[in-house]
Amino acid sequence: MAQTAESLQPTKRKSHALPYWVEPTFTVVALGLFGLYTLWLVFFQSSGQFHNYLSPFFSPTESWGIKVLPAIWVLWSPLLFRATCYYYRKEIYRGFFHDPVSCAVPESRKYYFGETRFPFSWTNLHRWFWYVAVIVLVFLWIDAVQAFIFNGHFGIGLGSIIMLINVGLLTAYTFSCHAFRHLIGGGSQKFSCSDGRPTTRYKWWNRVSAWNEHHGTYAWISMFFVWFTDVYIRLLMNGVIHDVRFF
Amino acid sequence: MPDEITLSVYRGDKSGGQEVEYKVPIQTGMVVLDALHFIQAHDAPDLAVRWNCKAAHCGSCSAEINGSPKLLCKTRVDDYVGEVIHIRPMHSFPVIKDLVTDVSWNYEKLRQVPAFQPAIKAPFTLQQRDVDRIQEFRNCIECFLCQNICHVLRDHDAKDRYWGPRLMIRIAELEMHPLDTGDRLDLLKGAAGVGMCNITKCCTVVCPQGIDITDNGIIPLKERVADVYWDPLGGLVRKLHK
Repeated sequence: MAQTAESLQPTKRKSHALPYWVEPTFTVVALGLFGLYTLWLVFFQSSGQFHNYLSPFFSPTESWGIKVLPAIWVLWSPLLFRATCYYYRKEIYRGFFHDPVSCAVPESRKYYFGETRFPFSWTNLHRWFWYVAVIVLVFLWIDAVQAFIFNGHFGIGLGSIIMLINVGLLTAYTFSCHAFRHLIGGGSQKFSCSDGRPTTRYKWWNRVSAWNEHHGTYAWISMFFVWFTDVYIRLLMNGVIHDVRFF
Repeated sequence: MPDEITLSVYRGDKSGGQEVEYKVPIQTGMVVLDALHFIQAHDAPDLAVRWNCKAAHCGSCSAEINGSPKLLCKTRVDDYVGEVIHIRPMHSFPVIKDLVTDVSWNYEKLRQVPAFQPAIKAPFTLQQRDVDRIQEFRNCIECFLCQNICHVLRDHDAKDRYWGPRLMIRIAELEMHPLDTGDRLDLLKGAAGVGMCNITKCCTVVCPQGIDITDNGIIPLKERVADVYWDPLGGLVRKLHK
């Protein structure tokens, strides 16, 4: 086979464009710190509850007799859901595996199998983790509602609002997922009924497609907000701060 | 703005080559292909560059400009004022001469994709919403910039295990056609190698037609493969639904 020409490392084009290594470095730092924080919760914290506020890392509290560390009971499904997420996969492959670190930047690794072999082939199970993530989301909505009930009466605290925003962002992230977009209608061949009107699946697919454009944004914001929510509740638990009650 | 700009153009063939510098006077609205035409007219009449429409429609003039895959006719010279413009042929394909590469492998693979198999005889009456998805893919001008940037082909030269984004889009176009009855999922999982794509989206970034190759083409194809090979529950539901 004839020879290909050597390529150059791409130079940044626009004055406001960041160097190529900024995005993967941010990914490694952000996901690395989040991972370390999660490990600390799993092995060193047994609870995340302050009165009617429950940390998303510890919901649901009911384990139905299954003996496992509380945080592990909850965390495996959202973590696997995120780890197999199409958006995070892009960031993880770029940041942690340099496959590639950025477009047109040469790779140093010689062997590459993509997602054809274990463990990366298991990313195809993403939809299964989505199913479980939806169940966890139901519990988080119940927790968010309970965050507005103080001693049997309706009330609003700063924590209530934080938990509501948190579950809202997680809902946006979960239902803007590529796998859900496929399941809700993307797998269909036809989007029209025999009388020419749009199918219900088409309407949903169209809606989810619009949400899906922001999936990456929801991925980061929801992750940071889960983190923030846990920190807020943990500071309340340790008496470092006091919750602001609006009424 | 300076009066002239320096272009460092790859000169060579299948046995190797190197960059040669040329000075070109800048004109308003000049694109890199114009500058190469100036070089052909004044300095190097034997400079080989493939081009046709000069309007970003034919996909002929793909090359690498300062390391980034681009169309020569769509890249303005004044974007590079103050620097040397390095122009090289596409890295993923063998050089024929100077900026011209042999992209015939793409056409060979395109011929291997099972053709459209309509459920009824033409002419068809279709709703626009049924073909919106595939019309996005029909915008492809076959410039092969996506094939060039894809790290599976570019860095690993795994052409025997993955057919690349352009071929994925071609398969998606057929698979998502409302009247197509063909089944290309075995091909996708096997020889075409959709599993080799790790969705890092560089193909989408370079597409001059703005086709959302990864989100609208490759990921839906991966999900269709997952339907069959990774989701027996979903398969059962679909069977019952039929």
